Amino acid sequence: MIANLIDYLSDRLPLVTKVCYVAMAFIVFWSMSVDTSHAHTWAEKMIPGFWSLFGISSCAVVIMVARWYGKSGIQTREDYYDN
Amino acid sequence: MTISFMHPALIMIVGALLLPLVRGPFRKPFMFLVPLLTFIDVIYLSQHPGTYGIFQFMDWELTFGRVDRLSMIFAFIMALMAIIGTIYGMHVEDEWQHMAAWFYVAGSLGAIYAGDFITLFVFWEMMAFASTFLIWARKDTEALEAGYRYILVHTFGGVVLLIGFVLRYQATGDLSFDLLNVQNPEIYTWLIMIGLMLNAAVPPVHSWLPDAYSKATAIGAVFMCAFTTKTAVYTLIRSCAGFDVLIYLGVFMAIYGIIYAVMENDVRKLLGWEIISQVGYMVAAVGIGTSLAINGACAHAFAHILYKGLLFMAAGAILTTTGRQKLSELGGLYKKMPGTMIFMLIGGLAVSGLPLMSGFVSKSMIISAAFESHILWAGFALTFVSAGTFLAAGLRLPYLLFFGKNNCSEETWEKAQDPSWNMQLAMTIGGFLCIFIGCYLPFLYNMLPYTEISYHPYGAYHLSETIQIMAFTAFGFFMLRKYIMPKNTISLDLDWFYRMGGRAFLWTVKNPLQYFDTALSKFYKSVGISCLMETSKFWSWFDWNGIDGVVDGTARCVQAIGRRVTIVLQRGQIQQTICYTVSFAAVLLVAYVWL
Repeated sequence: MIANLIDYLSDRLPLVTKVCYVAMAFIVFWSMSVDTSHAHTWAEKMIPGFWSLFGISSCAVVIMVARWYGKSGIQTREDYYDN
Repeated sequence: MTISFMHPALIMIVGALLLPLVRGPFRKPFMFLVPLLTFIDVIYLSQHPGTYGIFQFMDWELTFGRVDRLSMIFAFIMALMAIIGTIYGMHVEDEWQHMAAWFYVAGSLGAIYAGDFITLFVFWEMMAFASTFLIWARKDTEALEAGYRYILVHTFGGVVLLIGFVLRYQATGDLSFDLLNVQNPEIYTWLIMIGLMLNAAVPPVHSWLPDAYSKATAIGAVFMCAFTTKTAVYTLIRSCAGFDVLIYLGVFMAIYGIIYAVMENDVRKLLGWEIISQVGYMVAAVGIGTSLAINGACAHAFAHILYKGLLFMAAGAILTTTGRQKLSELGGLYKKMPGTMIFMLIGGLAVSGLPLMSGFVSKSMIISAAFESHILWAGFALTFVSAGTFLAAGLRLPYLLFFGKNNCSEETWEKAQDPSWNMQLAMTIGGFLCIFIGCYLPFLYNMLPYTEISYHPYGAYHLSETIQIMAFTAFGFFMLRKYIMPKNTISLDLDWFYRMGGRAFLWTVKNPLQYFDTALSKFYKSVGISCLMETSKFWSWFDWNGIDGVVDGTARCVQAIGRRVTIVLQRGQIQQTICYTVSFAAVLLVAYVWL
């Protein structure tokens, strides 16, 4: 059942992607209307969609740092420790 | 009111000892009953807080049963996880594995209820040794080696802890396991903290975790992911709350863990790195030390045990059915393992802190505590890590296992299927609890140690913050996912030092030391032995010609004199002999009288 649902969605990937973009736009739009009195810093109040920017930049930083760090010699062949 | 105290650890130990005797149709009910009884005992004790099981041992007072709100919540979740873990492993016939797991749980419960350092230490070591057998139970060379590394590292940690509390005892005469003076730390405070920290896998003493957990058996890893690190978090809360340095270490390990998780190819190693990252939140909370932070650490440990247990169960299901645990050898499994996929997704979303899931209500407490204590950098760093967590466990892991490119070999694909009923049941319980905790707050929040704190995670601002982060992390993942596809690599870590250090030691022994030893033997053979031979030849000659000469010469002299005397004095004439004898007697008599 689940497998069928996934197949159904993956057959309509462009539509699913569009729905996701709309959802993201809605989330950002909604965040602007939320009461910011619980914000921790001024930046959160001043920058619209602060946490959206924070989310995407965090994601990019983690991916890029992991990639750079891995390539710097940390990622190595699997039999490295074998005798 | 006095109540009868039965230590929950004792039930597990007795159960483990009886297990090999219980066979046939009784085995499964018995396996369910023992952790259930333990759980009931824990609940019974939580209704009756107090201090029980005090014994006098030599000069020391040992406390086995300190039941307060802090020990209650940890004992509750450990006992609950013991039930889930045992159900998960019920199909395994190997009783040694179950015995090891139960001793391990007993060690954890014993450490949680311990009121002094000696009791703590005994149960601490019991955990380390019992869990080693969960690694060895896999029985291949890799597991054997990993088990040895694991036990050596933990023995080292145990010794550091031992030195710490012995020094403290020497300095203060106090063995009680309570909050240390972290404002003015002494050398023993540091040693105790390092000893406890090693079990919490805080860098730089963390490498044992992904190494061991990825090599353990499927059920071994399910148990291990719950008990060692979270018991260590409990002990850190008990003894080191408010120790500033833990904030830095905790945030560092949260980031460090997530970077490695993103690079990882081995599913269970990835989950191991995730544990390090998540325990980082708890360690940072212990460092912050406020009531909210400590509540957050307890709540997060509670939630973490359940969702991480669920993730390890799902990974174990894949390992059990396909025999594979590398992302580069799996993929597209949604068709074959839809049940496992749902549980993996629930676990992944719970660890990522999706609203209505357990991680959301626990993790946010720690982040809020950081912001409320005005440690903004820690608050932002931990939020950053929560994006990374979603990336690694909520997106990358399920994507690569169940969707994405199918890297399965034909054989793997054939074997892949949802696991046995008991494994699915255990995952169902875990999955249900992950959602239940996120939806029904009083269940978890009423158990937290500081009751005066009220915390409400479902504020509109917090919801909007979390949903934005998750949505845009997901967007970032789909844009940049080609950079973090699995590769057939391993990631070097600080265990390099002891793995290669051990090798360097072996090399030193094999090469320079062996060479020196051989050279010494050769030298001895050519110089030493011949010297010795010459010396002994000389002494032999001396003995023969010198000493024997003197002795033999004397003997020959005496013999010659005797012969001469015989010839002169004993000629056979009786009157002559009598004359000599009487004369000799007279001479003696005169000498006696006059002299």
